[in-house]
Amino acid sequence: MTIPLSAYVLVSAILFATGLIGVLIRRNFIIVLMSVEIMLNAANINLVAFSHYLDSMAGQIVALFVIAIAAGEAAVGLAIIIVVFRGKISTNVDEMNLLKW
Amino acid sequence: MVPLFFAYFSLVSIAAGVLTVALRNPVHCGLALLTLLLHVAGLFVLLNAEFLFAVQIIVYAGAILVLYLFVLMLLNLKTDERYLHAHHVVILLAGLAICGELVLLLSQSPYLGAKGDASAEAILKTGPSHAIGLKMFSDYLLQFEIVGVFLLGAIIGAIVLAKQPKEAEEAR
Repeated sequence: MTIPLSAYVLVSAILFATGLIGVLIRRNFIIVLMSVEIMLNAANINLVAFSHYLDSMAGQIVALFVIAIAAGEAAVGLAIIIVVFRGKISTNVDEMNLLKW
Repeated sequence: MVPLFFAYFSLVSIAAGVLTVALRNPVHCGLALLTLLLHVAGLFVLLNAEFLFAVQIIVYAGAILVLYLFVLMLLNLKTDERYLHAHHVVILLAGLAICGELVLLLSQSPYLGAKGDASAEAILKTGPSHAIGLKMFSDYLLQFEIVGVFLLGAIIGAIVLAKQPKEAEEAR
């Protein structure tokens, strides 16, 4: 018995929706970034599943690029959090409403 | 056996995703995210993507998550009484609308596409890392270089952002 492609797509859709809701309703900036990671993982499951079922290598390679870009996004996002925290501003996304210029 | 493993990996990863979003303490959220990443790596094994499995464990669980935990512990964030966004009801409605559109599009999808040339037998002949390497350093070389430049920019950006400002250093 083989697993249908739609099962993988369903799992990834549920994970994506979870991450989306997390990005939208959570207050803590770090949890928001973690929810973005959940969404990127959901996209990766989709890419790898389609790459397996359609006999193509392209999906896996794009998934590798997604992982690399997620690493860069995490580094820059966390650096921004440190800067914001050092400026004695709260790290809640609904209280960060001022830019410098 | 494979359906059993698929059910385990998918159910645990969904549960861990929900916990990541729902838990109150940021460190607990980080641990739930670790569970999610490891089980998604298990799904990659079921899909014959052993190289991605290794990359997922090493880069995601080993590097990115440790970065998150480092920042969490450095900043010593206090857990707030109110953990939802100030306007969460309105935003949640918008999010549910997007989710509804997702379900609508998925129900119309044919789940088909043009078949490629990398069948499971062809990959197993030389191994998945060999197949990925050949493809990445021929057809996807430009994208590979762009990702390298992007990572360099991300490193420089993170250093510049997180560096102590000059006045603060002199005040010490």
